[in-house]
Amino acid sequence: MLRDITIGQYYPSGSVLHRLDPRVKLFWTLLYIVSMFVFNTFLGYVVAGVTLIVLIKISRVPFKFMVKGLKAVWMLLIFTLVLNLFMTSGEVIWQWKFLKLTREGIRTAVFMGLRLFFLIIGSSLMTLTTTPNQLTDGLETGLRGLKKIKVPVHELAMMMSIALRFIPILLEETDKIMKAQAARGADFDEGKFKDRVKALVPIFVPLFVSAFRRANDLAMAMEARCYRGDVNRTRMNPLKYKQIDRIAYLLQFVYLAVLICADKLLAPLLTKVLPML
Amino acid sequence: MLYLDKVSYTYSPGTAMAMPALHEVSLEIPDGQFIGIIGHTGSGKSTLIQHLNGLVKPTGGVIYYNGRDIWDEDFSRKELRTKVGLVFQYPEHQLFETTVVKDVEFGPRNMKLENLEVQLRTFEALKTVGISDELYDASPFDLSGGQKRRVAIAGVLAMKPEVLVLDEPTAGLDPAGRDEILEAIFRIKRERNITVILVSHSMEDVARFVDRIIVMEHGSVKYDGSPKEVFRNYKELEEIGLAAPDVTYLTAMLRERGVGLPDVATTVEEAADMIERYCKH
Amino acid sequence: MIKANKLAYEYIRRDEEGNVEGIIRALDGVDLEIKKGDFVAILGHNGSGKSTIAKEINAILEPTEGTLFVNGLDVSDESKIWDVRQSAGMVFQNPDNQIVASLVEEDVAFGPENLGVPSPEIKQRVAYALEKVGMEDHRGSSPNALSGGQKQRVAIAGILAMKPKCIVLDEPTAMLDPGGRREVIKTLHELNKKEGITILLITHYMDEVTGADRVIVMDDGKIVMQGTPREIFSKVDEVKSHHLDVPQVTELAYELNKRGFRFPPGVLTKEEFINALLG
Repeated sequence: MLRDITIGQYYPSGSVLHRLDPRVKLFWTLLYIVSMFVFNTFLGYVVAGVTLIVLIKISRVPFKFMVKGLKAVWMLLIFTLVLNLFMTSGEVIWQWKFLKLTREGIRTAVFMGLRLFFLIIGSSLMTLTTTPNQLTDGLETGLRGLKKIKVPVHELAMMMSIALRFIPILLEETDKIMKAQAARGADFDEGKFKDRVKALVPIFVPLFVSAFRRANDLAMAMEARCYRGDVNRTRMNPLKYKQIDRIAYLLQFVYLAVLICADKLLAPLLTKVLPML
Repeated sequence: MLYLDKVSYTYSPGTAMAMPALHEVSLEIPDGQFIGIIGHTGSGKSTLIQHLNGLVKPTGGVIYYNGRDIWDEDFSRKELRTKVGLVFQYPEHQLFETTVVKDVEFGPRNMKLENLEVQLRTFEALKTVGISDELYDASPFDLSGGQKRRVAIAGVLAMKPEVLVLDEPTAGLDPAGRDEILEAIFRIKRERNITVILVSHSMEDVARFVDRIIVMEHGSVKYDGSPKEVFRNYKELEEIGLAAPDVTYLTAMLRERGVGLPDVATTVEEAADMIERYCKH
Repeated sequence: MIKANKLAYEYIRRDEEGNVEGIIRALDGVDLEIKKGDFVAILGHNGSGKSTIAKEINAILEPTEGTLFVNGLDVSDESKIWDVRQSAGMVFQNPDNQIVASLVEEDVAFGPENLGVPSPEIKQRVAYALEKVGMEDHRGSSPNALSGGQKQRVAIAGILAMKPKCIVLDEPTAMLDPGGRREVIKTLHELNKKEGITILLITHYMDEVTGADRVIVMDDGKIVMQGTPREIFSKVDEVKSHHLDVPQVTELAYELNKRGFRFPPGVLTKEEFINALLG
């Protein structure tokens, strides 16, 4: 039930993308997201799209698996499409009462939809090829510089990794508590809104009590294992850039350069040349 | 009476993660029996008991309660849950109210009973599990481990179930806490004469109390009979990671060494009687 | 290894409004000495003070009175706290609530990482620790995919990787099934025999202490019985008066002695029983 959420779940396929340093992938994702706002020509979409397709192919993650995890996001996508489709002013090509369909509207809707789709698939590609542990490691090491301005990078990364470890445990626990209260006649899907909210009390109180108990136990266990924050801490597998990571960094700038060239130079040129043809 | 006809259950059927948990389990559970279910972790015993009150729907087979299919459209499973009371493992983890009494009242209140009836059932249940009245207004979170668990059992008992199912009710308790719980269960059985199903890892506890033992293995019923009939297979039980009580081994070893005991024993009492009788002759 | 002198621990119990309800003396004048390489079991019902001792040894709680030395280090000395914790590692009851990382080997590495051990040596230590508890095949697994007994063995490996002299286990088997309990106890005996690690096992299961060198029974914050398992279990009435059980075979011999049999005191195993009966 609650365990069916698969968005961005790690998919082990042992591809080159999986073996890349998480910092490279974080930076790639960031750059890719930023690049979405750089271009606005058809050629730009082609470059971004082709790059994504190539990356998906390299990752060896089945496209079906990616899309399956996006069920929740489809709603957002459709909403954006509809909004753009009817809310953009311009040359009207179809009208029914107050609903106006414009040429510009179709164009914006299609392009906005594509952008969102690229954005989502692009970022889920990172979580699909990176374990949560690598991700927190990458964040911690990658953002180390922020420590100088008192951002508790280590603590945030530790919190994230503990949350990742305990989320499945707490989900299972919620399931069990719901069943146990149902065995005492509790009803979670009948009655008015007020009754339903009230029905959550017998679930949330035990869940919080348990979460606090676990947090307390864990803190004690961590202290017993000499955890004292980021003081003199070493890592078993410290992150280290390899040749392939350097190449990947280089490729990012190649991508950005190609995108800008295509969008700013080639596209205007093409529009000038095309009418002559 | 509960009747299970070839009940099967598979987790996430039809996917790559499909995992069979029960395979064509057929059982007859007559009224008033005291039954022990044993099996190691993952043998399907917890899945089995969640079928008995309709919390889980079987992927195959039919479950009958008093002759009616519990998954019939017009059958109220909400009512069934008050007839077949299920006490989960570590039930104290489900306590949530501010006082002991309020927590026990949760079940009967959900049944929409009258106020007086709710209170009557609550006090009765608390008395049966041996919680004294000075604790009635205490916060359940301030009680000892054994007391919390008895309050949680009272919470199910207050619905006046005809069948009471307890999943490892003594897990994690010290000997004193364990004895409190077992005494409470025995008192419930004696006072109410309902069917009690006890899921347990402790062969010693099971052997002391129950009339019938069901051994689960790989989602199927491996043995079903009186403690003596089941524990006679101590060698086979060992092979599937379970063990008979120590006195069963001891009496079996004595028999192998030529001591003429009539049978293997399952409790200390019984073993003492057997050896005494043998030595007096 | 561990030496306690008149050790006491008190805490203040408050009601919901924060008013003092009373002072609880969880430990009351405990004298204790555990030698290097010993396997010692502490028995007692809940609230007898046995868990408090464990937390004192790990410097999680500070003694109210008396002294406690672990590996020659005073646990009250703030500056030595991490050395104390490194030399006497602790395993807790709930297997889920003491595993920090989402991968077995990363969890085992957590302790040495905190101690600042260099990376190559952490890898060696993790491999060594996982092998000693028989979990080397699960190094890349998620802890959630393991059984209770396996999780506890991972927790033990996590302590082992810190190279402790002593491991204190606070009811490590209370939440496990019989198979898991056997796994954990067997692992502890192996570590004690082969690696010479001092083991302090806190439990309320009687059958787990029969293999110990020494058994200590606690009640009401005090040590009330002390001796070899045989010495302890030869006093069935006294053990029961502290709300504890004896193994079934011991109980049977005791029951038969009441009926005029003459079993020697403290029969622990089936073989002993049979030899005593037939011999």
